[in-house]
Amino acid sequence: MSDTHAHSVAFVRETEIPASPPPAAETGVVKWLRANLFATWANSLLTIVAIYVIYLILAGTLPWIANGIWNAGSLGECREILSGKVGACFAVLTERWPQLIYGFKYPTSEYWRPTLAFFLMLVALAPVLFFDLPRKLLIFTALFPFIAYWLIWGGTILTPILALAGFVGGFFVYQKFVKDSFALGAGGGALVALIIWVVGGWLIPDTANENAMLLAVPSRDLGGFMLNMMLGLTCVSLSIPLGIVLALGRQSHMPLIKGISVVFIEFIRGVPLITLLFVASVMLAYFFPPESTVDLFLRVVIMITMFSAAYIAEVIRGGLAALPKGQYEAADSLGLDYAQAMRLIILPQALKISIPGIVNIAVGLFKDTTLVSVISMFDILGMIRGPILASTEWNGVYWELLGFACVCFFITCYGISQYSQWLERRLATDHR
Amino acid sequence: MSTITDPPQGPFKVSMLFNDTRYRSLTFQAIALVLLIVAFAYLASNLMSNLAAAGLNISYDFLSNPSGYDINQRLIEYDSQSSHMRAAWVGIINTLLVAFLACITATVFGVLAGVLRLSNNWLVSKLMAFYVEIFRNIPVLIWIIIIFTIMTAVMPGARSYLGEDPEADLLFGYFAFTNRGVYAPAPIWGPGSGVVVGVFIASLIGIFAYRKYAQHLLYSTGKLLPVGWPSLALLIVPSVLAYFIMGQPIGLDAPDPLANRFNLRGGIQIGAPLIALWFALSIYTGAFIAENVRAGIQAVSKGQTEAASALGLRPGRVMNLVVLPQALRVIIPPLVSQYLNITKNSSLAIAVGYADITATLGGITLNQTGRAIECVLLLMLFYLIISLSISTVMNIYNNAVKLKER
Amino acid sequence: MKKSVLFGAMTVAGVAAGVASAGTLDDVKARGKLNCGVTTGLVGFAAPDANGEWEGFDVGVCRAVAAAVLGDATAVEFVPTTGKTRFTALASGEIDVLARNTTWTFSRDVDLKFEFVGVNYYDGQGFMVPKELGVSSAKELDGATVCIQTGTTTELNLADFFRSNNMSYEPVPIETNAEAQQQYLAGACDVYTTDASGLASTRATFETPADHVLLPEIVSKEPLGPLVRHGDSEWGDVVRWTLNALITAEELGVSSANIADMSAAAGDNPEINRLLGTEGTLGEMLGLEADWAKKAIMAGGNYAELFEKNIGETTPIGLARGLNAQWTDGGLLYSPPFR
Repeated sequence: MSDTHAHSVAFVRETEIPASPPPAAETGVVKWLRANLFATWANSLLTIVAIYVIYLILAGTLPWIANGIWNAGSLGECREILSGKVGACFAVLTERWPQLIYGFKYPTSEYWRPTLAFFLMLVALAPVLFFDLPRKLLIFTALFPFIAYWLIWGGTILTPILALAGFVGGFFVYQKFVKDSFALGAGGGALVALIIWVVGGWLIPDTANENAMLLAVPSRDLGGFMLNMMLGLTCVSLSIPLGIVLALGRQSHMPLIKGISVVFIEFIRGVPLITLLFVASVMLAYFFPPESTVDLFLRVVIMITMFSAAYIAEVIRGGLAALPKGQYEAADSLGLDYAQAMRLIILPQALKISIPGIVNIAVGLFKDTTLVSVISMFDILGMIRGPILASTEWNGVYWELLGFACVCFFITCYGISQYSQWLERRLATDHR
Repeated sequence: MSTITDPPQGPFKVSMLFNDTRYRSLTFQAIALVLLIVAFAYLASNLMSNLAAAGLNISYDFLSNPSGYDINQRLIEYDSQSSHMRAAWVGIINTLLVAFLACITATVFGVLAGVLRLSNNWLVSKLMAFYVEIFRNIPVLIWIIIIFTIMTAVMPGARSYLGEDPEADLLFGYFAFTNRGVYAPAPIWGPGSGVVVGVFIASLIGIFAYRKYAQHLLYSTGKLLPVGWPSLALLIVPSVLAYFIMGQPIGLDAPDPLANRFNLRGGIQIGAPLIALWFALSIYTGAFIAENVRAGIQAVSKGQTEAASALGLRPGRVMNLVVLPQALRVIIPPLVSQYLNITKNSSLAIAVGYADITATLGGITLNQTGRAIECVLLLMLFYLIISLSISTVMNIYNNAVKLKER
Repeated sequence: MKKSVLFGAMTVAGVAAGVASAGTLDDVKARGKLNCGVTTGLVGFAAPDANGEWEGFDVGVCRAVAAAVLGDATAVEFVPTTGKTRFTALASGEIDVLARNTTWTFSRDVDLKFEFVGVNYYDGQGFMVPKELGVSSAKELDGATVCIQTGTTTELNLADFFRSNNMSYEPVPIETNAEAQQQYLAGACDVYTTDASGLASTRATFETPADHVLLPEIVSKEPLGPLVRHGDSEWGDVVRWTLNALITAEELGVSSANIADMSAAAGDNPEINRLLGTEGTLGEMLGLEADWAKKAIMAGGNYAELFEKNIGETTPIGLARGLNAQWTDGGLLYSPPFR
């Protein structure tokens, strides 16, 4: 081809020229900026507004944090050190952090116990949260409540052992009879557990706590963020079984059972948690037998558990409704009775669908545990609003303390919600 | 194979109560009934003996006694000689007021944040994600306290507006923003103001009718009438004309900085606790609504948007006519449950001293009379009624918009 | 104290406690601890210090009762109560005695079925205003915004005061003292009103206490005292006479410094002898040991010592004795004789 046209064309390029770079406006940072920040004039305006908002937030907080004082004995000292500059007085945190975490009454020498319980909790939760871990770990999860109880409250080890014995005894009876009839198994199990507890409660002497290995700490002395965590974890774990029962009750064909469940659920969901806490603090005491009083902690746990059970029941009901009808029919056609069908076919699937919903309820509930500060319990907010702000040294340190509480809650709740999203993605792929 | 027959009609055995499906549900219900009665009887007998031991009784007589305390923020007449019942009413109205206001603003915040979070603008969508996560993951009680504290600390004191030569001037001569609340002018209804109001209401009806007509025209003939400007004109022009024709009958009662040495007097005062609670509830719940709105919009499949664009609709109309009607069906149920949450969370007013029902009946009245059981029961009854009425309305709506499957 | 069948296991777990209705005194002795209701935190009267130890004037009364009954001033469980929960806590038996600067009023005594055993602090409601406002009398407060700490008789007194003087005001009810203080300092209210002792203790924590004045008017009578359940007179007697012992001790010049000497042997003054148990059988009559009053006084000193240590003029709170001086010094403290 070059022969024929060589004379008529002055120059023929024989190799391909290298691709020239795209225009500056179409590459790298500039393109990204144009596409994502300045696509249209309205968009540009939004960007500028957003930048201004970010500037305002940072200008307000950064110097305050950067100038923060971490070492002082009181707010007055902080002000002296700052001498007019804008700055935070984080010294209150370094000074009072054990109170914010453990409450003001928990014995200082025993701080290691809740801390240990916290780390054990992470281990115990792992197999529940991540299905890939070996199932054997669930045994530790089952033991954890008893260990944690012993670590946090201390006192005689006989108490958690007795509680455990009740559950184990009940479980064996249940295993023995469940093949004949679920009702018999469950009823018998509960009865045996109750007998073990009542008899054991009589056998353990009153003085057992006095020379126990771990110093007994009354539940009134619990406080701080530890109290929020404990209330959240205890109430959510207790309310899941109760929520399942209520959800099944609401789906039941028996009018009385259904009626009880509906009334309970709608009543609890219709009133704010704070009124239920008022019930716990000013009313519930009248409903216990005259010759005994029950700890405020336990009363609050009862009310919060009922509260979250009603919400969890609704989530599980959603899960039950979402199952295809074929699953129910298939279970029936296999000849399974109601208990078997629920236990073996329906609930495992319904619960799996409900997990993200339950996690959402759990996060909401955990945040709501701050309300106990209104009824004279010293959770993290109660500590801040009560003893710390009332003390002469730290009177007036709001932002640092509230900020600390925010950080504590944000880390925990954001972590849980990220887990929930991960789980949702994971469950979604399983279904495909 | 034998034919299907009824189960053998043997003699009745006790075990049949548990194993025979004919009797089983009855048995369980009977057991449940007995347990329920026993439980209630147990609790009631405990209550009776406890009350007897303490020498107390259950009585609602205290509700008609003078309450003895004053309430700052109130919409109905009330003073310290009014009864506890009246105080409870003040509280109920205040609860409804803050819940109503917060529902509106929370919706505005939520829709704005939800739409902006889907924006193409990277910075804006990240900023909105930040807002949503920060507010969703920190307890509302902490937010209420923080916002109340910010208001107290940042806003100027009322005294800076007072006197002959104040440090701060009223905005337009009418508005004052202080850490005690916002002072705004109150209208004074002179003679003839009824006509102005009547004209205003008539023009609202007119706008509604015009929009209906425009929509009808669009659907039947495809002809598009302008809606926005005519509506605005219809809203303003007749009322303004009427106002001047009647000789400016409506005056404004501006807050007066000279009447009192402590406070601005006159006009309307919106107390700081109300504003703090209102704002905190709105911005907190707004974060949840934003997520609902985002989920609702994302639930409308992209094909719908593309189809609408293919038909030649402009982006605004795609949103209004195609996406929103479908998204609303997903958004509204959780939105209503957020409204319920706002109503219930308004009980946290107690933390900022706003006189809602929890603060009056469940707070000061309870403290003063010591009638704990009665007050708490009434309190729960009130919230229950509110919640049940909202959910009834909600169920009716749900049934109305349910996807008619054919 | 007995374990009920149902609550047996829970009692062991430490979340429930048995209360025999026989008598509070026996319960306390059997339990080995006194459950004492206090405020959730009011510096000077009852507040936990940095180490979590409760201290204050009301706390001192609790400790004295514990020392008298159990011989151990530290055998007290302090139960923090709010204005809302305090009466239920006492009525339901959760606490044995409520020492939470509670005003002795007719309806609380009669209608709510409690028994006030005496007065440990004569208080009255006062007003605090910033000095720059130039207010010198509460009568000049017409139109002011007033911060109130809710949960006491304060709201009622305030309403009565303004109504009887034909003045208007804007009440701002606040839950905790710390928050009320924050509102007041930020200028969200012009006046802060609560018991005069509380005002003094609050002002003491300000950055510049001198910028604020307490107005001279005291608009109410607030006799604050410990209270017990109605109908358990034996227990009521124990608390009443423990309080009286502290007051009498001051009157007779018995203090924690000289009590060891005075109680070693019977002295010249027969009343001191009866008080300290070196003569007579007063302790036995109460169902306590003979040296009960000695232990109560040694727990934190006599009334004057408790006052000076917690709220007196040498403390940041700086209250003068005023009405709370002995009757011999022109005050109202007047203990019935130990005889």
